[in-house]
Parts: sequence; structure tokens; C-alpha cells
Amino acid sequence: MAEEHGRKWDRCLADTAVKTVTGLGVGIVFSVLLFKRRTWPVAFGSGLGVGMGYTNCQNDFRLPYLIHGRMVKDQ
Amino acid sequence: VAAGLLTVSSGIGGTILYAKWDHKFRAAVEKNVPYSDLLFSLALGPSSQEEASVEATHIISAIGEVPSVPAPCDTEAAAVKAVSASLEESLASSAKTTLQAIGAQEAALQAITQHTHKLKEAMEAEVPPQEKSAQWKDLEAALANRTCAMNDASTALLKANETLGSLKSVIDKSKGLNIAAVHPLVLAAEENLHNMIVDLDKVVTKVQSAESEAKIVSQYSELVNEAKQQFQREVSSLTPEIQANWKGLTGKLSADDLNALIAHAHRRIDQLNRELAEQRVREQIHIDAALEQQKLEDQKALEKAVNTTLQHVKEEARLEQERKLGELREVMEAEMRTQLRRQAAAHTDHVQDVLKVQEHELRAEAEQVLSSKMLEQETRYRQLNQEQLDNFTLDMNTAYARLKGMEEAIDSHVVAEEEARKAHQLWLSVEALNYTLKTTDSDLPTIPLKSAAEAVRDSCHDNDFALALASALPEESLHRGVYSEASLRARFNSLRSLARRVALIDESHNSLYQYFLSYLQAALLFEDEQKAPPTQLSREDLDPFKLLSYASYCLEHGDLELAAKLVNQLRGETRRVVEDWLTEARLTLETRQVVSLLSAYANAVGLGTTQAP
Repeated sequence: MAEEHGRKWDRCLADTAVKTVTGLGVGIVFSVLLFKRRTWPVAFGSGLGVGMGYTNCQNDFRLPYLIHGRMVKDQ
Repeated sequence: VAAGLLTVSSGIGGTILYAKWDHKFRAAVEKNVPYSDLLFSLALGPSSQEEASVEATHIISAIGEVPSVPAPCDTEAAAVKAVSASLEESLASSAKTTLQAIGAQEAALQAITQHTHKLKEAMEAEVPPQEKSAQWKDLEAALANRTCAMNDASTALLKANETLGSLKSVIDKSKGLNIAAVHPLVLAAEENLHNMIVDLDKVVTKVQSAESEAKIVSQYSELVNEAKQQFQREVSSLTPEIQANWKGLTGKLSADDLNALIAHAHRRIDQLNRELAEQRVREQIHIDAALEQQKLEDQKALEKAVNTTLQHVKEEARLEQERKLGELREVMEAEMRTQLRRQAAAHTDHVQDVLKVQEHELRAEAEQVLSSKMLEQETRYRQLNQEQLDNFTLDMNTAYARLKGMEEAIDSHVVAEEEARKAHQLWLSVEALNYTLKTTDSDLPTIPLKSAAEAVRDSCHDNDFALALASALPEESLHRGVYSEASLRARFNSLRSLARRVALIDESHNSLYQYFLSYLQAALLFEDEQKAPPTQLSREDLDPFKLLSYASYCLEHGDLELAAKLVNQLRGETRRVVEDWLTEARLTLETRQVVSLLSAYANAVGLGTTQAP
């Protein structure tokens, strides 16, 4: 169980990093392409990436506590 | 003529044949007809010896008979034997002498007849002078022979008479002994004696008759001789120169001599005629006188003969009587014997009947006695038998009871031992199970407890409790094995830091920010490594850090249960983090509990079954 935690963190961090880089890349790309080398797409992209990663991480950590409900239709 | 000749010859032949067959006839013919004996001796051989031989054989057979009469009556065997021996002896001697006498008499007879014959021949034959002298010599020899034979015969006769007399005396003596068995012997001897006497007498009479005949012939010959001599004398007186045997002279005589001779002859003839006439006259007288004499002699002879025959007849009658007596006696004896036998048979029958009756009685008595004894014996025997049987039954029963007791004891022993064995086995298997719990390397679980559990289950498959316990082992432990306390401790120690780090995270606080905060808390908060847990937990003690330190303390002190209990109080993410550890700890605890229960049970059972020595 402890390893899961560790694994989660690994995954999380890796994922966040990837997303950040991807966002950065996309931002860069966007900034380069669309937004005339402004920095805000980069920041935006990286921020997006970080945020996605962060959320993913959090969700991942929250996963055990999530309760899924199902709608039971009355027959 | 031929017919006449034929008849004569046939007659002669017939007489000869018949004489050959019948000796008496031959003797009679020989006696009556003068030269018939010559004829018969020529034709048939001498006759008189046969009779003698017949008589001799008769006597010899008689002798032979007597010894063959067996000596009867064993009780007087010796006397009988002596008597019979003496009888035999005397019989033999008498027979011998009689035979001798008879032989001598026969010889004498023969001699006499020969002599007579010779005499007759000499008298009547016309033979030349030299032969005549030979004849006369022969005659003399015959005469001498005859006299000798006569003497012999007389001596033999005397001897025979002697012996016969002795035999008679012996017979009388033996008769005097009056032994019954001797009678037949005596009788036989007497008969033989009689026969011998008869034969002897016969022979003697024959000899006597021959003698008388001889006497007649000799007388005649003497007369003839006398006449001849007288004539010779006369002739010699007349003619002195003429020799004797004048019959042979023929040419020597002269005429005178012849005349004288004729005259003498005439004179002799006259004389003879006269004598003849005289004789004729006196013939009748002479004949009468002779007849008288003859009658007298005949009478005498007759008397004698009658006497002898009377004697003989008497003797025979006596013998016959004796024989008849003997036979009668024998018959009587036989009859007496049969009667006696009959009586004996009757007696034996009677005795048999009596014996049978007695036997019956005795048998009935004996049977009664026997039956009573038998009954007694039987009852006694039955009693003994019953006693024996009872004793035996008793013994058997006791033995059986003991056996049964022993068997039961053994069975119970067996059962107890079985129980003990089972308990032992259970205990062993439990120990094995126990042992398997220890077979851990660090951080590796034990070997799966399945086999041991199986063993335990096998060794207690009639014990529900143990079975239940054995089946209460958790599956994970069976298949995978459990972790040891040491490994759990180590793991906990490694888990503790993580648990500290996520101490603030739970269902509601589980964002990353919280994560960050909890990390910060873990980094800044310091608690005791190990802290002894209180006996009762309060609310403050439910703080994860405290709990962890309590649990550490418990683990360090080997109380996995309490540690597990304390760890169980964790909530939130820490709980999730230590969840695995907790299940493992639970497994281990469960297993350990079951095993300890089993071992306790096995111990208890073992204790229960082991017997104090």
C-alpha cells in the first residue's frame, strides 16, 4: 500500500511534468503561431498543463474516496 | 474095433483129466486100480505131495494167521502179549513139527508105496535073472528106505504129538488166565491145533492104510516067495543041478529031467488042485473067518476111526461153540456197548438239559447282579461326570469372565491408547503447524499452511472441535502463508513514516494542498518513537501519531494484537495506507490464535490421555 502512494506520486509528478511541458510546448506553439510570441500562451499553456496535472494528481489521490452513485430506475 | 478103442481111450483120458482136477478121485483110483498110479504119475505128475503141500500151506496160513491177530485190550496188554507170544511160539513149533511129521509121513507113505510097487513088480514082472537081482536089491533098498522113513515118520509123529500136547497145555494155561482179549487168539490156536491134529491123523491113517496094503502085498510077496522057494526046493530036490531062476532055462534040460519035471509038475498040479478043492471047500469058512476077522478089525478100525472122528467132531463142535461163544460175546459186547452208548447219550442229554437249566438260572442271576452293578456304576459315573462338567463349566465361566474382563481391559487400553495416539498425532500435527509458522525468512511469508492443516485435519477427523478449528484457518494462510511478527514489525516501521506523512488526509481533506500540509505536519511534528499505550484510550489518544507510537511500542514489545487494535483506530488515508499491513497482521493473528487454540486443545487432550506411570 505504501508503494501505491509512492507510485501515485511518481505518476502524478511525471504526468504533471509532461502536461506542463506539453502546455508549455503548446503555449509556445500557440504563442509562436498565433499570438506573435507573446508569453501569455506559454504561461497559459504551462499553467494549463500544471493545472491539469495538479488536478489529475489530486483526483488520483482522491480516487479511493470518490463515491459513485448510480441511478436506479424504478421499474 | 475103432469105436471100442476110441471109447476106451476116451474113458482113460476122461479119468485122467478128472483125476487131475479131483485129487481125492485120483487117490481113490490109485488105491483101487493097481497101476493107475503109474499112469497118473506119468500123465499128471506125483499126486500125494499136492495134498500135503495143500495141508502144509493151510497150516502155514494158520501160523500166519495167528500172529496177525492183533493184541487187544490195552489194559492187559502185557499179559495178552505174553500169552499171544507163547501161543505163537508153541503154534509155530507145533506147526513145524507137524509139517515135519506130515512130511515124514508122506515120505513114509511114498516109500511104502514105492516099496510095495517094487515088490509087486518084483513079484509079477517077468525079467531076466540079473535084472531080477538088481530088482531085489532095489527092493531091499526100498525096504530099507521104507523102514527108515517109517522110523522117521514115527519119530516125527512123536515129536509132533509132543508139540501139539505142549500147545494144548499152553492153550489151556492161557484159557486158565481167563482174559477176555485172549479168547480169539486161543480160539484160533485151538482151531489150528485141531486142524493140525486132523491133518496129522489123516496122514497117519493114509500111512496106515498104505502100511496095511504094504503088509498085504508083503504077505503076498512072502507067500509067493515061500511058494517059489518051496517050488525051487522041490525042483532042486528033483533036479539038483538046475540053478535058481529056472524060468530062463530052455535047452539045458534033458528028457529025464523034463519028465521028472513034468511028473513033478503034474504031481504039483494035482496037489494044488486038491489044495484048491480043499481051499474051495474051506473057502467059505476061511472067508467067513477072514470076514469075521476083517469085521473085527474093521470094527476096531471103525471104532478107532469113529473115536477119532468123534473126538475130532467133538473138538470141532467145541471149537465151534467157543467160536460161537466168542462171537456171541462180541455181539453182546457190541450190544452192551451200544446200550451203554445209548445210556451215555441219554445221560449226556439229561446232563445237557440240567446244565442248560442251570446255565439259565445262573445267567439270570449273574445278569441281575451285573445289571445292578452296572446301574450303580452308571449312576456313579454320571454323578462324577456331572460334577466334572459342573466344575468344568464353573472354571470355564470364570475363565471366560476373566477373559472377557481382560479383553475389555485390553480394549479399553487399546481405546485409550488409540486416543492417546490420536491425541499425540494431533499434537504432533499441531506442533508441525506451529513449526510452519516459524518457517519464515524475513519479509517472506511462511510456507503455505495447507499441508500442515491437512495433516491436522487428518489427525482429528473424528473430533468436531479440532475439525472446526482446523477449518477456521483463514484461506490466505493456507494458500499463501502468513507473515511473521518480525516482518510485520519491520514493515510497520517502514510504513510509519508514510502514515505520518498522510496523517491529515481523509475523505474530506484529500486535495493536494492537504497533502502538502500533511507533509509539512509530518516534517514538523515529533512524537515519541514508542510510547506505552494506556489501558483505556481517550479521544486524544486517537491521534494518528500517538497511535503509531503506541503501536510501535506494542510491536516492539511483541504484542501484535494490541498493535493491530491500535492500528485499527487509524482513519483516513493513514488507514488506507496501513490497510494491507493490518490485514496481514490480522491474518497472522488469526492463524496464531487458531494454532494456539489447537495446540492448547491438543495439549489438553494429550494431558487427558496420557496416563501417569
